[in-house]
Amino acid sequence: MTDADLEHGLAALPESDPSVGVGRFRRRAAQAGLLDVAYAVTDSPLGPLAVFVTPRGLVRVAYQGEPIDEVVADVAARVSPRLLLAPEQTDAIRRELDAYFARRLESFSVPIDWTLVRGFARGVLHATAAIPFGQVTTYGHLAEAAGSPRAARAAGNALGSNPIPIVVPCHRVLHAGGGLGGYTGGLDRKRILLRIEGVLTD
Amino acid sequence: MQLPPFQTLVDRHAAELHRFLVALVGIPDADDCLQETLMAALRTYPGLTDASNLRAWLFTIAQRKATDAVRRSRRRPTVALDGHDSPVDPHDMTDEALWRAVRGLPPRQRAAVVHRFVFDLAYRQIGERLGCTEVAARRSVHDGLASLRRVVDR
Repeated sequence: MTDADLEHGLAALPESDPSVGVGRFRRRAAQAGLLDVAYAVTDSPLGPLAVFVTPRGLVRVAYQGEPIDEVVADVAARVSPRLLLAPEQTDAIRRELDAYFARRLESFSVPIDWTLVRGFARGVLHATAAIPFGQVTTYGHLAEAAGSPRAARAAGNALGSNPIPIVVPCHRVLHAGGGLGGYTGGLDRKRILLRIEGVLTD
Repeated sequence: MQLPPFQTLVDRHAAELHRFLVALVGIPDADDCLQETLMAALRTYPGLTDASNLRAWLFTIAQRKATDAVRRSRRRPTVALDGHDSPVDPHDMTDEALWRAVRGLPPRQRAAVVHRFVFDLAYRQIGERLGCTEVAARRSVHDGLASLRRVVDR
């Protein structure tokens, strides 16, 4: 056999499919407790949603519009670089979101991982998480609930940086005058959510 | 230090790592070797102090896993339980003898030959992947090819 034959034989190795090995790896990583963050993208009436789950709970929900690569990189930097696309680890939250949008579920029961929320914002978002389905409050009331009655604007900022929209229902917070206020995902999405909950009617 | 999400490494390198492993250990063992490689990488990932060449880091681990697999398969009995000798061609290709010979090479030569001829890499790149000089990479490819020729022609 000549060198050329040898080289030709070696080069003839066909392309191969890594998906089986990668799939086994993903499952084993989760079993071994090495998967710090699992994420998946799921469809919703508000467009695709990226959901990120840690062993402690739901840590991030991102609307399309925030570039997914940047969100993934940000979560990796702030939570852990041991982050994988692993839809099977996000089943619980995806099922609940589906049920919520189908109007079969009013309150989410998946645990929340508050790692991405610090300081005053944590108090504000804790208070937000307690607002029941179909009810609304104002930025001022929320600031009061978080222990700083005069910090309505700071409360607004905290809501604007809510890393877990929908599940931590910042869409249930409105302006004192009755205006919709703002929303991370845009006011159209806020309107859809408030319609689902019967707060707004067409 | 800012490490990219591990998923990015999987997206960028899994296909190439798998092909590398198919060349080194054959199709049936490549899936497991890939899994082992990624597990080992994920385990030590947060502690990495140098993220400048993650690809080379992954290939080094893959090469080590392949060496373990080859060692294990040599210990495995080759005669099937029903008494029939049923050699399975791990590459599902005609050059069975060639690939068996590749797996018989010393690890460094084996990896060098695969990088050179399967992936068509230049010696400088092979050196980077194997963590050696361009000259050493060239020598490994040359020596590997020479022993392949000896084995295959026998």
